Amino acid sequence: MKIKPLQIIAHIILILGVLLMVVPIWISFASSSHDSVTILTEGMKFHIGDQLARNYNEVLNEKGGWSEEVTAAKMFINSFIMALGIATLKVVISAMSAYALVYYRFKLAVPIFWLIFITLLVPLEVRIFPSYKIVSDLGLTNSYTGLILPLVASATATFFFRQFYKTIPDELLESAKLDGANGWSFFIDFLVPLSKTMIAAMFIFMFVYGYSQYLWPLIMTTAEEYWTVVMGMKIIYTESYEGVALPRTAERFAYIILSMIPPVLVVVFLQKWFIKGLIQTEK
Amino acid sequence: MSFLDLKNVTKIYPNGTKAVHETSLSIDEGEFMVFVGPSGCGKSTLLRMVAGLEDITEGDINLDGKLMNEVDPSERDVAMVFQNYALYPHMNVYNNLAYGLKNRGIDKETIEQKVNDAAKLLQISDYLQRKPSMLSGGQRQRVAMGRAIVRNPKIFLFDEPLSNLDAKLRIQMRLEIKKLQQKVGVTSIFVTHDQVEAMTLADRLAVINNGIIEQLGTPIEIYDNPKSLFVAGFIGSPQMNFLDGNLKNKTLSAEGFEIKDINSDFEGEVTLGIRPEHLSQSENALISLKVELVEQLGSDNLVYGQLKNKKDFCYRCPGNQTIEKGSNLSLNIENNKYYIFDKSTGKRVN
Repeated sequence: MKIKPLQIIAHIILILGVLLMVVPIWISFASSSHDSVTILTEGMKFHIGDQLARNYNEVLNEKGGWSEEVTAAKMFINSFIMALGIATLKVVISAMSAYALVYYRFKLAVPIFWLIFITLLVPLEVRIFPSYKIVSDLGLTNSYTGLILPLVASATATFFFRQFYKTIPDELLESAKLDGANGWSFFIDFLVPLSKTMIAAMFIFMFVYGYSQYLWPLIMTTAEEYWTVVMGMKIIYTESYEGVALPRTAERFAYIILSMIPPVLVVVFLQKWFIKGLIQTEK
Repeated sequence: MSFLDLKNVTKIYPNGTKAVHETSLSIDEGEFMVFVGPSGCGKSTLLRMVAGLEDITEGDINLDGKLMNEVDPSERDVAMVFQNYALYPHMNVYNNLAYGLKNRGIDKETIEQKVNDAAKLLQISDYLQRKPSMLSGGQRQRVAMGRAIVRNPKIFLFDEPLSNLDAKLRIQMRLEIKKLQQKVGVTSIFVTHDQVEAMTLADRLAVINNGIIEQLGTPIEIYDNPKSLFVAGFIGSPQMNFLDGNLKNKTLSAEGFEIKDINSDFEGEVTLGIRPEHLSQSENALISLKVELVEQLGSDNLVYGQLKNKKDFCYRCPGNQTIEKGSNLSLNIENNKYYIFDKSTGKRVN
């Protein structure tokens, strides 16, 4: 096989892109395996040091916060629950509302769709006070429900599902009807399996969205046992500066590396479906 | 009351389009009925009303003695084969066939039995585990029919199921559908715009135009005895030749020739229809045709040309006759097989 100059250039660009993505992560990982003093005196590291196990163990299990009770492990669990709840409910609600909008041709379907779509202009940060007021009146502060519920409606996902359902031929619905399918079974037996790749993609996006939420959990939670990873990142960065203690740089890197794992796992796990759906058109 | 009864069925779409006009029709049990007509004539709408996929604006549909107007499609016990088959893309063939049965709460063993029987009947047993995307057009067609057969419905509805197949496969599937229907004996309605399909499949034929049944009868009745200009032009291939003429005192004067002693008291402007296959060559005959083009089909030759008045005309003769381009043929109408229609209403007058 002859290699063309254009291919070489393309590969150089691709390799540069890969390096741009991977090198910062590698530096963080390598630095997390050293002693904080080493990093403070010698700068960030490219090679693995000997403090790996100690740093990670400390980050995961050290009790922090004012109450000295919350650990990073607990925060990971919180974030995971929150992201999972948000992603699952967002996908379920969006798919179902899109189904209603496309297949039940009630009079106000179009205005209602646009109303949903307009909420894109009002992200949580804009409506954070009313949202807080409602959640607090419902007594949901410091609960997983309170963390998840205000974030479960998604105009974006509804829009994508709607566009997808519109491409499904009417005959399929008619044929299913004649085969005795009712509204619910058509959704479960047809739309869900047909859109499973779509569901996987939406789940990935929404999981990462939920996982990286910062402002909402910060406002919502006063009890430390509901802290999330992203909040912890802020805390670990600002703590114990005034005292004589050295900044714990290595542990911070370890924390960052750990915080990346859950979303990466979700992407890696669902990618198989995602790609399978892209190469296999089943419609 | 017959098995399927349509009484003054009318369909008006919300935008005011009247797709079907007060149509009444009875279909007997086990009969193969074909709706044929040009696209947009309302034949599919009529079929979909029987299936329950379209609301009935006015009139009644009775199936097996029960009024169907308000019955949900899933409760009607009808099965339909769609033009693009509408197979369930994410299910394998087995599940495509089994889905309707599962919804009816039939137990697993019975389902398996029924699916396997239907698969054997349609020769798709080898493909049961495949997805529809891995099947050829003909196989998909069979699966679509299997899905209909397996439920053992009261009535089969076919909505132009052959139009996505290539010509050879279409003829083959046409035969198979006919055989299958005779074997299973289920009442069927078949919608098509192809008059050859209609003629070959039908026990009875309904020629539909502009939402009205123009003529109802066996294929041969309709071919031999078209009641209107539309039916005469639609049924038969190549199309019937039409010539303008005038009828007076039982004498038809067409362009360039006359026919006497016509069995009709009608007087006025008429259209004379002659099928290309009802002509023969003879000396000093009525019609003189200047040959422009000959299509040799093997068994037959289709001769296209012009009459004296430049009117296009077609003549069908046995394939063993040699006809030269540019020659003049002298043609007679065999056995007085001609049709005369009132030019203004299109109604048959002889």
